[in-house]
Amino acid sequence: MRVLVAMSGGVDSSVAAARLVADGHEVTGVHLALNRNPELYRSGSRGCCSLEDSNDARRVADVLGIPFYVWDFSERFHADVVEDFVAEYAAGRTPNPCLRCNEKIKFAAVLERGVALGFDAVATGHYARLEFTGEDAELYRAADAAKDQSYVLGVLTQAQLRRSMFPLYGTVKADVRAEAEALGLRVASKPDSHDICFIADGDTGGFLTRALGERPGEIVDADGTVVGTHTGTHQFTVGQRRGMRLGVPAADGQPRYVLAIEPVTNTVTVGAHDGLAVRVIEGIRPTWAVAQPRLGTWRGLVQVRAHGTPMPALVEASAEGVRLELDEPAFGIAPGQAAVLYDGDLVVGAATIAGAR
Amino acid sequence: MSHYLDHAASAPLRPEALEAMASAFEVVGNPSSLHRSGRRARALLEDAREQLAVAAGAHPTEVIFTSGGTEADQLVVRGGAAWGLAHGRPRFAASTVEHPAVAHGVRALGEQATWLPVDADGTVRPAAVAELPRDVAWASVMWVNNETGTIQPIRAVVEACQRRGIAVHTDAVQALGHVPVSFADAGVDAMSLSGHKVGGPVGIGALVAKRDAPLAVTSHGGGQERRFRSGTAPVALAVGFATAADLAVEQRVTEAARLTEVRRRLADGVLTVPGVRVNGGDDVSPAILHVTVDDTRADDVLLLLDAHGIDCSTGSACTAGVHQPSEVVLAMGLGEAAATSSVRFSFGPGTSVADIDAVLAVWPDVVARARSAS
Repeated sequence: MRVLVAMSGGVDSSVAAARLVADGHEVTGVHLALNRNPELYRSGSRGCCSLEDSNDARRVADVLGIPFYVWDFSERFHADVVEDFVAEYAAGRTPNPCLRCNEKIKFAAVLERGVALGFDAVATGHYARLEFTGEDAELYRAADAAKDQSYVLGVLTQAQLRRSMFPLYGTVKADVRAEAEALGLRVASKPDSHDICFIADGDTGGFLTRALGERPGEIVDADGTVVGTHTGTHQFTVGQRRGMRLGVPAADGQPRYVLAIEPVTNTVTVGAHDGLAVRVIEGIRPTWAVAQPRLGTWRGLVQVRAHGTPMPALVEASAEGVRLELDEPAFGIAPGQAAVLYDGDLVVGAATIAGAR
Repeated sequence: MSHYLDHAASAPLRPEALEAMASAFEVVGNPSSLHRSGRRARALLEDAREQLAVAAGAHPTEVIFTSGGTEADQLVVRGGAAWGLAHGRPRFAASTVEHPAVAHGVRALGEQATWLPVDADGTVRPAAVAELPRDVAWASVMWVNNETGTIQPIRAVVEACQRRGIAVHTDAVQALGHVPVSFADAGVDAMSLSGHKVGGPVGIGALVAKRDAPLAVTSHGGGQERRFRSGTAPVALAVGFATAADLAVEQRVTEAARLTEVRRRLADGVLTVPGVRVNGGDDVSPAILHVTVDDTRADDVLLLLDAHGIDCSTGSACTAGVHQPSEVVLAMGLGEAAATSSVRFSFGPGTSVADIDAVLAVWPDVVARARSAS
């Protein structure tokens, strides 16, 4: 097959590309330039968009002997990921930009361009297992549970998955590094990236304040008593415990958590951990990874964070949304996060959390 | 099968240049040293200088070896601007289609910079010289444009400038070996040349400058090259450059006739696909064909041709590997769309009709695919 590999310059996508070459595919590497001024993004080995990463990807392509190009998706990335990230925080929600990048950039804009140029599939270094039955693709968790990235791929549709390849599905991270070492790839010992690539200093609060400005408001407890002030609701996420600098101690002496964010009244509500308990999650804009949307009522697992624990739940799904009734209460469910639905290890689909109670 | 159609980026090294360099590299000694070895190295360097001077229509004392075309341009932009500043004529004029080696240097002069506009073919109007401010000391107008191949009316520019007492520099990097180039006949005060664009080695070029050119010294050191350029002269590279330039000029008439046919064949062929335009006007280098392919990204066209073993160029600079809109196309007023959807094919001694036919065999499919991807 003619395969386009999105090469970040990290060890995972490098080994993914190497495996596709070894399997006899006709492989072309692309590095996605997500900012027109790469030096403004995180430098060193911690991000995914720096000049250094682009160079690392190019050097791997040289070793593998494959064509390599840099594709400029900075405008799409800014509109679909960065602006969305800021707008979601402004609306009191908690977005996941990596998931959004997969949904809108890697497996949409890049995939569409690649297919138009004659490529059969787009491959990445994500850890997830893709199985085909005829035309139909099924996405499963990776063999390495610690590295499993099926959650951030959970928003992909069947049409996108049919054109995707994840060559690292069955490998553990340590083996990927060893494989890179054996191939003589200089990225073998490069550290993993964890943080948000477009926030160079890792200071999300500062980034959002620069984008949205300071909007001072009040922090109240469950009965409306003002217990502190804040400089903008975008500094908070439901479930957050740190960074509130509350002057008034809680009556019961227990730590307090962010229970709710109200951007309209510019208010952050805090309370005890119990107040975070959620039994029902409402999700909107469902997408289906499986070939046939799983509508109706069924039992499954739901995951709400990249490295969250899968939670057993009763799923009621329609074309408009999903209602998830959890077997056990969950804590710190933030609107805006993606709820990814699983059946065992199979990714069924995803929805954006609109509310929880 | 590989089809190298990017000679304007770097031409293949001529075997004669390689051979000449192979023996020159064996010569021991610094050409500035006074002993026998030094003199031997110096003799080779001066042989090369004389050979290059003949090829460029200049006197040997006018030839200053540099590290390449860019350094030659920089010596004039900075040296000319510094001279002007010291003599009450601080402005430096350049056309809006110059290579970045001139354009970015002039832009960096800030308020000292002034510009000569071009028409839709990318040609400078010599009449525009009359409209330049009074305090202009220098004007830089390239001989052949590196993206479009447009030949500038250098003689007319020089005449207009001489009436105003303005010194003229021309970047002739893409001209030598492709159009008739004579430093003396052109009447310019300074001219930049590059080794690897004529089949010589990368890493050497020359500034040809009149002995009385109004230039200040801006790069200091041992002053080896007429004080304007310091550093040990690379003797073997100079030998390779001069050998290649000599051949390029000697073969120019027959090669130009041959490449005119090559270019016409490619132009006629690419134009059979609707929405494709050839830029640069009628007075154009036989070695460059600049093509705008509507509704595409130039880098998709490049990728698809690359996959067929055809090397071309998007013609403009890259930043971190990202193709930027062509400043030349923007200056020609062809619009932002054309500035990101144009590719350059460029030819040299090795280019054959078979190379052109290889492009034309895949061209309709490449354009259709690139359009579907944009």
